[in-house]
Amino acid sequence: MAIKTEEMVLNMGPQHPSTHGVLRLELKLDGELITGVTPHIGYLHRCFEKHCEAMTYPQVVPYTDRMDYLAAMYNNFGYVTAVEKLMGIEVPERVEYIRIIMGELQRIASHMVAVGTYGLDIGAFTPFLYLFRDREKILSLFEKTCGARLLYNYMWIGGVSHDLHPDFLRLTKEFIDYFRPNIKELNNLLTFNKIFIERTANVGILPADVAVNYGMTGPNLRASGIKYDLRKDEPYSIYDRFDFDVPIGDGRHGTIGDCWDRYYMRVLEMEESLKIIEQAIEQIPDGDVHSAIPKRIKPPAGSIYHRVENPRGELGYFIISDGSLNPFRVKVRPPSFVSLELMDELCKGHLVADVVAILGSIDIVLGEVDR
Amino acid sequence: MYDIILDFTGNEILSMFISAALPLFMFILPFALVAVLAERKVSAFMQDRLGPTRVGPKGLLQTVADILKLFQKEDIVASNADKKLFNLAPILVFAGSFAVFAAIPFSGAYIGTFADVGIFFVVAISSLVVAGILMAGWASNNKYSLLGAVRSAAQIISYEIPTALVILSLVMLAGTLNLYELTEMQTEYFWNWYIFGGPATGIQKILLIPFMIVGFIILYISTLAEVNRTPFDIPEAESELVAGYHTEYSGMKFAIFFLAEYANMFAVSAIVATLFFGGFQSPFGYLGDLFGVEWLIPIEQFGWFTVKGLFFVFVQMWLRWTLPRLRVDQLMTMCWKYMIPYAFVNLIIIGIISLI
Amino acid sequence: MKTPEEIFELLKNKFGEEHITFTNDQAGDPYVTVAPEKFRAAAVYLSRDAEMKFDSLMLLSGVDDANGEKSKDENENEIITGGTLSVYYNLFSLELRHKVTVRVSVPRENPEIESITDIWRTADWHEREAYDMFGIIFKNHPDLRRILMPYDWDAGYPLRKDYQNPEFYHGMKVPY
Repeated sequence: MAIKTEEMVLNMGPQHPSTHGVLRLELKLDGELITGVTPHIGYLHRCFEKHCEAMTYPQVVPYTDRMDYLAAMYNNFGYVTAVEKLMGIEVPERVEYIRIIMGELQRIASHMVAVGTYGLDIGAFTPFLYLFRDREKILSLFEKTCGARLLYNYMWIGGVSHDLHPDFLRLTKEFIDYFRPNIKELNNLLTFNKIFIERTANVGILPADVAVNYGMTGPNLRASGIKYDLRKDEPYSIYDRFDFDVPIGDGRHGTIGDCWDRYYMRVLEMEESLKIIEQAIEQIPDGDVHSAIPKRIKPPAGSIYHRVENPRGELGYFIISDGSLNPFRVKVRPPSFVSLELMDELCKGHLVADVVAILGSIDIVLGEVDR
Repeated sequence: MYDIILDFTGNEILSMFISAALPLFMFILPFALVAVLAERKVSAFMQDRLGPTRVGPKGLLQTVADILKLFQKEDIVASNADKKLFNLAPILVFAGSFAVFAAIPFSGAYIGTFADVGIFFVVAISSLVVAGILMAGWASNNKYSLLGAVRSAAQIISYEIPTALVILSLVMLAGTLNLYELTEMQTEYFWNWYIFGGPATGIQKILLIPFMIVGFIILYISTLAEVNRTPFDIPEAESELVAGYHTEYSGMKFAIFFLAEYANMFAVSAIVATLFFGGFQSPFGYLGDLFGVEWLIPIEQFGWFTVKGLFFVFVQMWLRWTLPRLRVDQLMTMCWKYMIPYAFVNLIIIGIISLI
Repeated sequence: MKTPEEIFELLKNKFGEEHITFTNDQAGDPYVTVAPEKFRAAAVYLSRDAEMKFDSLMLLSGVDDANGEKSKDENENEIITGGTLSVYYNLFSLELRHKVTVRVSVPRENPEIESITDIWRTADWHEREAYDMFGIIFKNHPDLRRILMPYDWDAGYPLRKDYQNPEFYHGMKVPY
């Protein structure tokens, strides 16, 4: 009698410990070997773009918070700079510096979650909690500034909602001094752990040309060896004033563009962000943060595509204005949405355990994928 | 122990039952209570947290509350599950891990059975767990459970080989399978422990030490894999398979799996302690001998045994909260390509040394 | 590196003035409008040509231009007939570091555009989203299904300006 074999279809999610939200991956398995992955998204769809059409421009800001809730500051940043560019508003120096400090702190906080949960996906529980402990400190800094810990609604078109707390700069400095050694500890505990390297090196290799064709951006693209960072290559706000490196993947433990490289990019970027914050704290001038906020926000008719370097990659806002108080169309380019497309390409031929490793390494936030 | 109970009850079968059930009620249940709490406290300490603090003083009653919760939970059986197997599986798993304790000498005065096949029985009966896990995975009718069960079966069976090879080398040296006798050989002082070459003397002892240490490491790693602890917890890898073979279990059945896991943890630690670290033997004489109090010695021995066992349980926890998890193919590679050949070579070398 | 004007000139010379128009009298980015029948060829040209090398598609967005005839139905809901739906392609060249926005407008009643998934793979999900939200059909798309809305959503395309919520979806009341 011939043994009959068939492909097993495994539905990973929508409720699953490591899909990072409500994502359903339809895995086609041959034993434990993956022959195909179909992501099903939309479980968190909240009609962001439809909402925007019924809102005035400033009213959209809190909705941007809720897309990528781990990098809410940066989502604000992207949206307000897009509208400012469309209206031609020049914001005061102090606001620019505050935005950069907040944005980079947010980048660190977001990478902490990415790195920590990645450790969790691989099975290391402890680094996750260490990083969350440190993230709390950043969130407390945000809370001191604007009263919220996760969804800030801090950046307004033409300014920011509150000036910095008098203690803020001192506390931020303290945080930098506190956090630097912790990155080393993280590296010792997780990054250079033999088992961790075995699990992630040479897994989910993303060659540079495929990455570009699939529109990968941010740390995921840089891990494939392409030195491309919007903060350097297309400086928005005042990023051209700071001195920092753009780390790229070197395939130290495997091939360029594997999961370990993608993971390590985030660790390195945390250090670079600390550098930027340090410089910004040195240079920040005094000033009024509300002086440039227009009384009536009514951009002229036209369209603009503005992009910023979100922790997850290129976050773009495509805004069409018809000259009224409400945007005619707001379309977001969420970096996670684009990254998630690659799952099938990256997972084929790997094992079930690698799906988790790959999904964690491209670092998605489902709130942003589904909007 | 059996004799004392026989004197007391006068009934052979009854006293056998009682002496068999003693370790369960006297030891495993309290141990599981403490170990679950300890695991949480240890992990909390390692992760810069506080751990449970609300139930009882400093959270000491947390496990009791957990067990009460599990008792009250609805016993859910998935509608497409194979009900008979589904219900049988936790019992089988628990029986397998519990039966191991029958052959382990807790102290000079208490051992479940003086069976001459002691360690062989332990290796054999612990395989019953595999059957239970496979049953659980298959009967749950859940793909995660099935994957977890298949992984678990493959893992446990593979890692039994290096375990058995190391045990074989010790048995070869000691000339007995009886765990009690094995312990008795390592009496008096800690340099008589098998990790330091056992009761052998002279050049033989010095030659044995490095190979014994290698043997110990192989045994400890493979027992870790046999009880599905990190870094080998792939059968229940949370981030991949939700909870592996016990995904579908709730309430008391889940509690039984949990209990079996902790019982297993202690069982393998006890075996490691018995084989390499003198079991219940004190590393440096007894207070009882010193003061001439005969009845104190078994109690002290029990204490030493518990301390050694708990130390290895602690090391298991320590590893769990430090290391990431291996992948299933890496696990197999490690077993078949490294551990088994090393264990084999180790066996041969120890054999040659014992002939000197 | 080329400005959008230069890119427009090149495109105009290649595909003819009647198919390519340029809009730069508005605020924000200028954009090039390409006729749908020439779009596929233009996309291939933009991605392959040595002077263009647009290797990266930043964003593809569907837009309801709402420039048709507006009327009311019996429930006072707005209906739009005629006019166009548009797709905006924001292209970027990593190699030459220049950008361009390409717009393609198709009639609202028969919105069909050639798919470009084989040129820029990232367009796959973006096109699905545009289909999902606007009902724009991308010809030769490998797998044109809804993506964010439920697969069996049959009440139309939500981001169209005249979209009306259905009363019920699978027996559940929708407007709450």
